[in-house]
Amino acid sequence: MTTQHVRVTVNGQPREADVEPRLLLAHLLRDAFGLTGTHVGCDTSHCGACTVIFDGRSAKSCTVLAVQANGAEVTTIEGLEQGGKLHPLQQAFWDQHGLQCGFCTPGMIMESTWLLGQNPDPTEAEIREGISGNLCRCTGYVNIVKAVQQAAAELRAAGAGTAEQASVAAGGR
Amino acid sequence: MIPAQFDYVRPPALADALRILKEREGEAKVLSGGYSLLPLLKLRMAQPALLVDIRDLDGLDRIVETAEELRIGGRATHRAIHEDATVTARYPLLRDAAGGIGDPQVRNWGTIGGSCAHADPSADWPAVLIAARGSLVCRSADGERTVPARAFFLDTFQTAIEPTELLTEVRVPRPGDRSGGAYAKIERKAGDFATAAAAVQLSLADDGTIAEAGVGLAAVAETAFAATDAEAVLRGGTPTEELFRRAAQAAAAQSRPAADGHGPVDYKRAMAAEMTLRALRRAVARARGAT
Ligand SMILES: Cc1cc2nc3c(=O)[nH]c(=O)nc-3n(C[C@H](O)[C@H](O)[C@H](O)COP(=O)(O)OP(=O)(O)OC[C@H]3O[C@@H](n4cnc5c(N)ncnc54)[C@H](O)[C@@H]3O)c2cc1C
Ligand code: FES
Ligand code: FES
Repeated sequence: MTTQHVRVTVNGQPREADVEPRLLLAHLLRDAFGLTGTHVGCDTSHCGACTVIFDGRSAKSCTVLAVQANGAEVTTIEGLEQGGKLHPLQQAFWDQHGLQCGFCTPGMIMESTWLLGQNPDPTEAEIREGISGNLCRCTGYVNIVKAVQQAAAELRAAGAGTAEQASVAAGGR
Repeated sequence: MIPAQFDYVRPPALADALRILKEREGEAKVLSGGYSLLPLLKLRMAQPALLVDIRDLDGLDRIVETAEELRIGGRATHRAIHEDATVTARYPLLRDAAGGIGDPQVRNWGTIGGSCAHADPSADWPAVLIAARGSLVCRSADGERTVPARAFFLDTFQTAIEPTELLTEVRVPRPGDRSGGAYAKIERKAGDFATAAAAVQLSLADDGTIAEAGVGLAAVAETAFAATDAEAVLRGGTPTEELFRRAAQAAAAQSRPAADGHGPVDYKRAMAAEMTLRALRRAVARARGAT
């Protein structure tokens, strides 16, 4: 089996690596690129801890091959902070105590960026549905939902505001 | 979990993909969304030598309606189908089912072609296509054939598709006036496969009786199947609660559930009846003009 060369734009930066076709995107990000914010929780496509934005759509990066991402754009949790300022979702998870152990948090936040990009004003039910592919064993979800609501309100207020934030919230370009 | 070794190609055009599937018959596997195949590869329940990624093939994600039918490209995602304007306007059975598959990430990437080719007995699309009397277009380097859904799903993870074929399109007849469809599914928890699910597509005659009915069940047999006894009960009948209950009982009696983590056999049978009942009520209401 031959290794293949992949080029991926990760958080706006061009990155490349030689990989075996069987390498998972989650491991490319963590092991080859050192971006360990993307967590691997279950490895069976259920928990969502590994969620990233892959070509504009949220994806479980343990369920994507690195070679599938050749030529793609990927946004990980490390790509949200801008100039030392936390993304409104990151700040809201802090403010609302939306985490305890923090293991699910990167995936929760990445899925939530995608959700708010699709639906800037979700109801509580829509938020719960939106994060139904992300499991949290600690919080009981209540504060996670509150955090997403806080960030949604803030992003709407910042409003039509900074196009840049909207684009990050939408998971890339 | 790490899959066994394989090679990977992403051909630029359909003809290339079909040629590769023919040259590497039995060794190559199609990769679409990957949301069923990658978990299998990681568990090493599948060990193909080559994955053929169909992501770059043009037009395979199109959804178009002709005078007779809706044609859904094999690579159309669950989400794209759920959000499609034509599906929303005229195919409530498909819309119901698409919105309830797995979780948002699964719907973002999982495809109708992948779901049908994989043929998990608990998958939602097979039951839907059986109820709607849809068909599946299988294409190889040597030609194309169209297989009715009722002859496509053969057994657990087994379909009529050949290893050299690609599922290029799924076709669903265009519902006429006074028709309605609905999908009812019960799951243990958010984002899960069905414990039992029922798909119904029916039409009413001018006198208000049921002219034709299709009923497909998921998760309560070794594969999705047509509840033909329920269909026979419904055909020509007056759509009353009493008739729905008789049809639901007939559907449950035809089911062959296996006990597993989703529940024991009698519970699954009861849920098969209940889902059939709910889908029938909603389908008839829709045929009468409700949304
Ligand atoms: C957490 C989770 C929850 C899920 N919940 C549900 C659910 O509730 N209901 C449900 O129905 N499904 C569910 N699924 C399965 C999901 O819908 C899959 O996406 C789908 O079954 C397979 O589609 P895919 O595009 O991902 O196919 P892949 O995983 O890429 O392929 C699956 C199989 O089909 C073959 N194949 C793929 N495309 C083609 C083609 N065009 N022609 C020929 N062969 C092809 C592949 O070779 C492979 O054998 C769930 C999956 C996960 C991970
Ligand atoms: S690690 Fe990917 S879904 Fe759990
Ligand atoms: S905070 Fe521990 S899993 Fe969510």
